[in-house]
Amino acid sequence: MDFRDSPAEAEFRSRLRAWLAEHNLGLPASSTNDEYWVRQAEWHTALYDAGFFGLSWPARFGGHDLPTVFDVILDDELAAAGAPPRPSLGYLVQGITAHGSDAIKDRFLPGLISGRQRWCQGFSEPDAGSDLASLRTTATRDGDDYVINGHKVWTSYSDVADWCFLLARTDPDVPKHKGLSAFALPMDQSGIEQRPLRMINGITTEFGQVHFDGARVAAENMIGEPGEGWRIAMTIVSHEREPGELGYVARYAKTVNEMERAVRASPSAFRSDQREQVTWAYVQAEMLRLHVRRRLSERLDGVEHGPGGSVDKLLMTWVEQTVGTAALGVSGSRAVLDSDDLGLNVYLYSRAQSVMGGTSQIQKNIVATRILGLPTA
Amino acid sequence: MDTRDTPEQAELRRAAHQLAGQLGPSTVADLDDQTRAKRLAVAVHDAGWLELRDDRGDGEPLAGGVEAAILAEGLAETVADVAFGGPVLAADLARRCGAANLGTPVVAYTPDLLGVAVLETPVTTTALHAVDLPADGGPVYGLVRVGGGYRLAQVRVDGAAIGADHGADLTRSTCLIPPGATVVEVPGQRRILTDDELASWTALGLALTSADLVGLMRGVLELAVAYAVERRQFGVPVGSFQAVQHLLADAHCLMEGSISVALHASWAVDDLPPADARTAGRVAKAYCARAARDVCETAVQVHGGIGNTWECLVHVFLRRALLSSQWFGDDGEQLRQLERERLGTVDGLP
Repeated sequence: MDFRDSPAEAEFRSRLRAWLAEHNLGLPASSTNDEYWVRQAEWHTALYDAGFFGLSWPARFGGHDLPTVFDVILDDELAAAGAPPRPSLGYLVQGITAHGSDAIKDRFLPGLISGRQRWCQGFSEPDAGSDLASLRTTATRDGDDYVINGHKVWTSYSDVADWCFLLARTDPDVPKHKGLSAFALPMDQSGIEQRPLRMINGITTEFGQVHFDGARVAAENMIGEPGEGWRIAMTIVSHEREPGELGYVARYAKTVNEMERAVRASPSAFRSDQREQVTWAYVQAEMLRLHVRRRLSERLDGVEHGPGGSVDKLLMTWVEQTVGTAALGVSGSRAVLDSDDLGLNVYLYSRAQSVMGGTSQIQKNIVATRILGLPTA
Repeated sequence: MDTRDTPEQAELRRAAHQLAGQLGPSTVADLDDQTRAKRLAVAVHDAGWLELRDDRGDGEPLAGGVEAAILAEGLAETVADVAFGGPVLAADLARRCGAANLGTPVVAYTPDLLGVAVLETPVTTTALHAVDLPADGGPVYGLVRVGGGYRLAQVRVDGAAIGADHGADLTRSTCLIPPGATVVEVPGQRRILTDDELASWTALGLALTSADLVGLMRGVLELAVAYAVERRQFGVPVGSFQAVQHLLADAHCLMEGSISVALHASWAVDDLPPADARTAGRVAKAYCARAARDVCETAVQVHGGIGNTWECLVHVFLRRALLSSQWFGDDGEQLRQLERERLGTVDGLP
């Protein structure tokens, strides 16, 4: 057992640190305003071109074939530099890697990993949230294409995406979990209308909603087999729930560092309960940082697509909401007098963490039944 | 970076799990079975586990903080009623002073249990408490201040052996040492204990108590899940209700987070600079103490009425968690210390 860097890891860390000193874009933490989302592609390609993104993914697709723990170092150093977290798309890479044909992988993974092609994820619908398998967007075969009709929501980056990882119903005559298929659908076409969703802290560039009205996707763009959509979706969401895949550790550490700096700068301006909130947020963020080290070390034995992601999602949610609540507490009256206050916006954004990627209640159902082995009602 | 067990660590984990499973109490009534308790104590002694932190000849311990924490966790998982952390911490303190160890020692703590008592010779003037005494209690150690640090001292009550009594924890003893006990420097110490060494020893204390809490969470959660499957109301297992499932899922997640911080703290003892190791211990203890209390309370709740009776084993876990939390400081204490380290002190604030 060793939490320390190996020589190769230490070399990577110092190279990364030197690069960050020169190339930190100085963007806000992603949760706080639109600037991050607008310039995310720039950050992604800068990280990638410098050799610091896609570390654990296959070199064949533009990754670096490194052990997963290198992502821990990346997150550490991003946080220490006050840089934005790495773009969160590991779950799509995992989904395509686990289920796509060689042709699909060769065609799509390089652009996804390099950031040259941007992706959104078309899963949730207005009437299919926690009950995702009841989704109603249809994909109907028409010659060499499928024709798509339906309405997706909570579609991250739909405004700028080149491709949509779309989950749609290809067979209405089988049980709901068996009639779904996944596609790589080009977003630049008529038949797609995209509108932003404004979140409770006012940001508009993270999530969109997308209407498909006769949009087309080539049959060869199907990811996996017809009817394999539910399994693919479960692979993706199990990774979408993992802080190790998302890189959010860096975001929480950045916020905690900023709060600590504010308190140290004017010690007499903060009450003891505010100081304790900040310290507890530090403990929580440290827990997640160490937890990700353990999880990514376990992956040295091979990647699992299992219910463990739900445990990690719940831990991550508690951390984000503890940090968010502390940020609100530290802001005090400023949070209500200035709608641009950072603490207010970090707090408001944090409330979504117990919903996105599957609600906390769904995660608890999964932990209870699939890890603890409790009976279903 | 690889936080997985080495093969030897995995083997030690299996051994602790097996021994504690065979000889630990499986019912509250078992706590009165002196034959079993004696066999457990002999087995732990014969395995050499109490000597893990003894000097291997060059001033370094025979085994790491990780190995000690693995055993602490394994023994706590079945609320094994055997002295372990107490003697191991005392032996570690003696090693750091370069003193030969006599018998199975324990440490005298200040009444707040935050750390080893620093004493004046020739007699103690305040009450002290020994924690986790072995049945055949050996010497009780405190420290005396000398130039540049501390020396190891033995605390004696009228020349008699110090007897154990039970506090909240039914599986490990504590003992009041009233004022007036004799304080004698232990002869033949090869080193003066520095503040750095003392910080490192505190890091071990925080790591072992955190590991104990992790073991308790594992054990009590296993009981609670088993009960939720077996206990039926409204014609179905109570564990099929989401209200109950979500309590247990929360508890499981708290345990998983605790495992991660406790693991790091145990590694830090020997591998990080002393102050950093102690900080790692404080983070772990702050998290584990809060988590363990929540998890034990959940286990009591899931057991319903029976969970609030003496004969249900769950309160034995809760009681032990209370001692492990207080020993080296509970979550509130750790947060207070971390706050000082990270935010500085402010005049007028406690």
